[in-house]
Amino acid sequence: MSNQPDFVQLKKLATQIRRDIVRMVHACQSGHPGGSLGCTEYFVALYFHLLKHNSKFNMDGQGEDLFFLSNGHISPVWYATLARSGYFDVKELTTFRQINSRLQGHPATHEHLPGIRIASGSLGQGLSVAIGAAQTKKLNKDNQLVFVLMGDGEQQEGQVWEAAMYAPHNKVDNLIATIDYNGQQIDGPVDKILSLLDLKAKWESFGWIVNEFEGNKIEEVIKALDHAKSLTGKGKPVMNLMKTVMGFGVDYMMGSHKWHGVAPNDEELKKALDQLEETIGDY
Amino acid sequence: MTKFTFTEKKDTRSGFGAGLHELGKQNENVVALCADLTGSLKMDAFKKDFPERFFQIGIAEANMMGIAAGMTIGGKIPFTGTFANFSTGRVYDQIRQSIAYSNKNVKICASHAGVTLGEDGATHQILEDIGMMRMLPGMTVIVPCDYNQTKAATLALVKHVGPAYLRFGRPSWPIFTSDRPFTIGKADKMIEGKDVSIFACGHLVWHAIEAEEILSAQGINAEIINIHTIKPLDVPAILESVQKTKCAVTCEEHQINGGLGDSVAQVLSRFFPAPLEMVAVNDSFGESGSPTQLLKKYGLGPDNIVAAAKKAIQRRK
Ligand SMILES: Cc1ncc(C[n+]2csc(CCOP(=O)(O)OP(=O)(O)O)c2C)c(N)n1
Repeated sequence: MSNQPDFVQLKKLATQIRRDIVRMVHACQSGHPGGSLGCTEYFVALYFHLLKHNSKFNMDGQGEDLFFLSNGHISPVWYATLARSGYFDVKELTTFRQINSRLQGHPATHEHLPGIRIASGSLGQGLSVAIGAAQTKKLNKDNQLVFVLMGDGEQQEGQVWEAAMYAPHNKVDNLIATIDYNGQQIDGPVDKILSLLDLKAKWESFGWIVNEFEGNKIEEVIKALDHAKSLTGKGKPVMNLMKTVMGFGVDYMMGSHKWHGVAPNDEELKKALDQLEETIGDY
Repeated sequence: MTKFTFTEKKDTRSGFGAGLHELGKQNENVVALCADLTGSLKMDAFKKDFPERFFQIGIAEANMMGIAAGMTIGGKIPFTGTFANFSTGRVYDQIRQSIAYSNKNVKICASHAGVTLGEDGATHQILEDIGMMRMLPGMTVIVPCDYNQTKAATLALVKHVGPAYLRFGRPSWPIFTSDRPFTIGKADKMIEGKDVSIFACGHLVWHAIEAEEILSAQGINAEIINIHTIKPLDVPAILESVQKTKCAVTCEEHQINGGLGDSVAQVLSRFFPAPLEMVAVNDSFGESGSPTQLLKKYGLGPDNIVAAAKKAIQRRK
């Protein structure tokens, strides 16, 4: 699926997935639309362009690229992307957060949802897991890559920095980590809660190759991720600081921490869907 | 006979928020710490009125426990606030070494405990926290049953010197303890009975009261005791009741391992062996769903308590 991306098609997918996200969160009146909408281009770029992956899911994923979601609360965008990639029927998106569903509030392996390789939701743990999986790939002589996404508020967890120190020391260079750098968390803007100051300098000083890019332009995301891929295998792990807008695509949600984890009501849903054209077809 | 009814429902976490705000006014040494969940923990009022005594820690629970421990040195009384999972499992060693073993006067206040957290699912629904915390020497463990009792427990904690864990929850829940006194470590006998002793904590106290009504209609006279303090456990109250009824049931929104059930089992097997049935989550993780659906699916409803009571009585014979 690599080489020349079909940007028209990728944009259609992004808009459809945004519709899916808003409808899923509205249907169960819970969940996290803000980060999900902000990271939609990233997920589309990964699953429809960058990742070598097989929707006939296999836990070990040997010979495949692996993706881990550390900020598990943005499960809606991941579930919608997995469904749109053929991992399971898009109709199953209706079960999100309902009882007896495989689509748990936060990603889980417990119910065997295809595409998920580890539980997440308690923040700060995903980078460590991704490093472990990347080291196993090396032990297995598997040349494919490991990807992981984290939140920027999540950077406040100490475990992130334990992992940050470990990966360069151990030359885990088959790893591409990304931070959803939207500047927002639950209680307010990250700068007001607990400032990360110069995040780029921090990661660089820990020994990572650091790239920055705009996360809500699909062309930019694909260019940046292709570039990140070209930097693997050089003895260092790669970190992307991906600038996104929380709630991107729905005007009244954009840029505000208030939409981190709140569901739209009926009227708000309508307003959101008016801004997001049905492109591929609703579930 | 005592009848319990309710006219209002509120979340227990709001009881904590109200109690904490009250404490802010009462005691200058009270400080509050929160890890990016101020709204969920209902700490906004304290934050607004006592900004210089409110500390936003960020998403860094281990750091929060260490800072809280440090703040006690010099006389502050820190109340930490985050979800129960991140208040215990996430930071167990920080609590163990810097708070419990060092005997620091930190109040660990934990919301969204148990399956009634609902849709967020198993990653957040901790069902092991009572066990973890009661294992720590010197730790007081309180699991209040409604808004009023959570507020009362929060207020009582400031006078109680030493580390404590206060567990409460997210859903709106009946308020039924309006005129009842609250003393840490003193079980509250809510309904007298002679056929079976039902010991409950947290949200399930209300289910125990509902179960009592069903049992009573069937001619079974259950005694309902609210064990809001899991540690130190009110052993005399438990023994006094079971010596009369000769059988018992425990009810808790927790794993069957490690919680109230195990606490009562230990007392009975040591001092007065008697049949005991446990209403608890049967060694499994929770899942997403509404609180009502989950309480039913995981066997924590009034019907389950009724069945357990009958079984305990039958085993006695
Ligand atoms: C260990 C842990 N502490 C607290 C939480 C509660 N929580 C869920 S999301 C969140 C904020 C995350 O902020 P960020 O990583 O910036 O994600 P965004 O708001 O941008 O989606 C918090 C505090 C959690 N899930 N895990």
